[in-house]
Amino acid sequence: MKQLLSFVKKEFYQVFRDSKTLVMLFGLPVVQIVLFGFALTNELKDANIAVLDNAKDQASLQIINKIQGSAFFTVQKDLRTSSQIDAAFKEGKIKLAVVFPVNFYNDLMHTNKASIQVIADASDPNTATQLTNYVNTIVADYQQQLSPNTNVPYAIVPEVRMLYNPDLKGAPNFVPGVMAMVLLLVCVMMTSVSIVREKELGTMEILLVSPVKPIMVIIAKAIPYLILSWINLAAILFLSVYALDLPIKGSIFLLVAESTLLIITALSLGLYISTVTKSQQAAMFASMLGMMLPTMLLSGYMFPIENMPVVLQVLSNIVPAKWYYIIVKDVMLKGLGFSAIWKETVILIGMTAFFIVVALRNFKIRLE
Amino acid sequence: MRPLFFLLQKEFRQIFRDKGFIGRLFIAPAIQLILLPMAANFTIKNINIAIVDNDHSEVSQKLSDKVLSSGYFKLAGYTDSHAKADKMIENDKADIVLEIPQGFGQDLIKEGNKKVAILVNAINGVKASVGFGYLNGIITDYNSEIRMEMIDPKRTTDFPTIDVAPSFWYNPKLTYYIFMVPAILVSLVTGIAGLSAAFNIVKEKEIGTIEQINVTPIKKWQFILGKLLPFVVMGAVVFSFGLLIGWIGYSIVPVGSLITMYIFLLVFLFAILGFGLLVSTYAETQQQANSLMFLFMMVFNMMSGLYTPIDSMPQWAKLITHLFPVSYFIDVMRMVVIKGSGLADIRYHILYVFIIGLVLNTWAIINYRKTT
Amino acid sequence: METVIRANKLTKRFGDFVAVDEITFDVHKGEIFGFLGANGAGKTTAMRMLCGLSIPTSGEATVAGFNVFTQPEEIKKNIGYMSQKFSLYEDLSVVENIEFYGGIYGLTRKEIREKHKELIAKLGLEKEANHLVRSLPLGWKQKLSFLVAIVHQPKIVFLDEPTGGVDPYMRREFWDLIYDAADKGITIFVTTHYLDEAEYCNRVTIMVDGKIEALDSPAGLKQKFNVPSIDEVFYKLARQAKRSGD
Repeated sequence: MKQLLSFVKKEFYQVFRDSKTLVMLFGLPVVQIVLFGFALTNELKDANIAVLDNAKDQASLQIINKIQGSAFFTVQKDLRTSSQIDAAFKEGKIKLAVVFPVNFYNDLMHTNKASIQVIADASDPNTATQLTNYVNTIVADYQQQLSPNTNVPYAIVPEVRMLYNPDLKGAPNFVPGVMAMVLLLVCVMMTSVSIVREKELGTMEILLVSPVKPIMVIIAKAIPYLILSWINLAAILFLSVYALDLPIKGSIFLLVAESTLLIITALSLGLYISTVTKSQQAAMFASMLGMMLPTMLLSGYMFPIENMPVVLQVLSNIVPAKWYYIIVKDVMLKGLGFSAIWKETVILIGMTAFFIVVALRNFKIRLE
Repeated sequence: MRPLFFLLQKEFRQIFRDKGFIGRLFIAPAIQLILLPMAANFTIKNINIAIVDNDHSEVSQKLSDKVLSSGYFKLAGYTDSHAKADKMIENDKADIVLEIPQGFGQDLIKEGNKKVAILVNAINGVKASVGFGYLNGIITDYNSEIRMEMIDPKRTTDFPTIDVAPSFWYNPKLTYYIFMVPAILVSLVTGIAGLSAAFNIVKEKEIGTIEQINVTPIKKWQFILGKLLPFVVMGAVVFSFGLLIGWIGYSIVPVGSLITMYIFLLVFLFAILGFGLLVSTYAETQQQANSLMFLFMMVFNMMSGLYTPIDSMPQWAKLITHLFPVSYFIDVMRMVVIKGSGLADIRYHILYVFIIGLVLNTWAIINYRKTT
Repeated sequence: METVIRANKLTKRFGDFVAVDEITFDVHKGEIFGFLGANGAGKTTAMRMLCGLSIPTSGEATVAGFNVFTQPEEIKKNIGYMSQKFSLYEDLSVVENIEFYGGIYGLTRKEIREKHKELIAKLGLEKEANHLVRSLPLGWKQKLSFLVAIVHQPKIVFLDEPTGGVDPYMRREFWDLIYDAADKGITIFVTTHYLDEAEYCNRVTIMVDGKIEALDSPAGLKQKFNVPSIDEVFYKLARQAKRSGD
């Protein structure tokens, strides 16, 4: 035990003295939360658009006024010819152009029908559709203004309840994802790189020659990162509750327990990677490709899994982060108990056991 | 000049000898370029809906059919138990529940209006609002249909209607591939060129060969150039390879000129390699270089407009993102590939990235000193 | 006799700490000049100043006739250097290392080719010529490092603790190479903490706490301190040392 303790102490010193790496380890969750919580959003506002008004009558001007007043749009340019539209798009100056035909108001009043052309830069399809929808809404509003007397009978009135996240904040979706990312990153990448580094520098041999059993060496390597991950987890939860206004609905104990399970999975994966790579660069690279990328892509937090081709959907089942993500959502956001997540927990335990066995076996082989 | 030649010869020899090199340069980017765009599809579809029909009338049946045939929704369950539907949302089997109350069909005609309840799992805010938007749209449509049946059709065109005709330029099929692939390629080039450059220099520091170089007559600029040029080549190779994959895998044929892209690539590499160089002057070990570069790469990936639009960011975030060469390159690639923008259109992009590159490289060179 | 290194009250300060304290000495052409001392005595720092790797805080020095303050680049063209870590590229072959260093010191292709034939013959590395340096045993790496360091026939070669970790037989072989080079007129400036290697040098200085406490031929030192070996000279001086450990 005493031997293990001195090993653990050494590992701690090495980890905590490397200030630049620590910056990354602690900076990572903070940066992610700040960015996701305050900077990144898909909501559109102040979109630069242009108007080509061939009518210049009261209808067109009123609509343009409404558009200008809307928070969604900023009218960048008043175009004169339609050939300018392409140029403006190419320069990236505008995202959308609204074109009014000549005699807009007259046509509208005399034939009850008129049309407006909306040309969207469809490079980003979602932006294009959303902006077009906003224009639609504004035009519909104006249309309503013109004939305020229509009383609509036979109305189906939907009553909506947004569950778990009534304000439609972005945080609930990504905080569980950030948790998965950070825990996995610290444990897989740092552990594997740290072990390989000792191999590269030759100090691993010294450790293996000492009276401490190899398994103790591994555990000693893992403990600082386990503790670091707990600290990170606490930091994320703290930030999420106090900075992002996202309370923890379920049992914190369950959350921490499941997180610890993920940490152990990640540590085993890190150990495994360290047994199959020879250089630090290779270890880092393997961690990126084998862990980071799948986690980002296939855990469901950045991109919805159900949109992906079937192949990827199937593949996502072997990504530990996917199951963890579901567990965290259920416990933290929906406030559910163990009975709801026992299946996912069992899967995660299975994966952990698998990685531990494979990693230890590989490690023993390397030694001989 | 000759020292530079020998430096380059040594660098290339070392690079080619590195076993992971082919993997890093070709296989990994290929995998990422193929998988990422497939996953990074932001169109919302296949929303799981559970329908609770307490009415079982022709009216409610028609509404359900309309919802399911819209193509946006997948039926998760059809039940008449409110509790069961609730459970489905809890289990993530359903994203949305539409509950049609008893007597819906009859009451609608008699009373003139009738409520339906919609429950939405709003954890993913975007999905929730878009999904609800679709459902609402379908209900409204259906509503008009009923009204048309009930009321004299002539009355519905009694008021002026404005028809908004949308045109989607440059990407009429509204696919996400063409938007994401060029951007992902930029991210890859950044990682491979910038990261590798930083690593490479720090490795020499760690091993000690840098000191040996310091004692030779090799000048500072020769050493730096000798270190960075191979990565310019690497960056260009990865970029070209990526374009090839984009063409073969996704049928992406750039509308704009390849020359424009390559010119910007060079300016970009100038800047990003300067950044790698800068990081290498601050890191003493490979592990540190790894950590620092990783943090930066993550920030770049998140803030450069790759996944979420820069225009939606708050002012402070926009300012920061305008310091990243990556943001400009992603924008340029999207503009040139999708819209066919030319050199004149991106002149400011070129200028800004060049200036950023100058600052980074100057800072790095000042930092990098042969003598202590 | 030509003086190739001249140092006068050369000093290096790091903040309050004086690493090298006003050392003054001359080195003559073709000499094997040893810089001895315990770890932390200031040997390496002193050498780095002479190589142009570190700017002195005060004092003056010229190396190969060039001023260390104002002409470090000229100095670099005329010296060779072998560091503690040997600094051959492990992932390049023997031949490729020779080619690289030969090239950056300005040797022509022809000269490089001749040189590498010569070096390989001298070390008997014909079989390993195209193997990566990584695969060579330590002793061979050392010898190769030395020969590569003088591939351009510099006036002076600086060796920083060159014989670490190698058996005494290998060390002797290494010093044979050094003698060879000295015979050809190359001045050898070597730092070491192996006191028996002092016997191999023409003259030796012993540094203690940043100062030169003794400077003479090995025989002269033994006589002066009236002891049978350099070891004893060193112990007499080092007992007063206040610093230990780098």
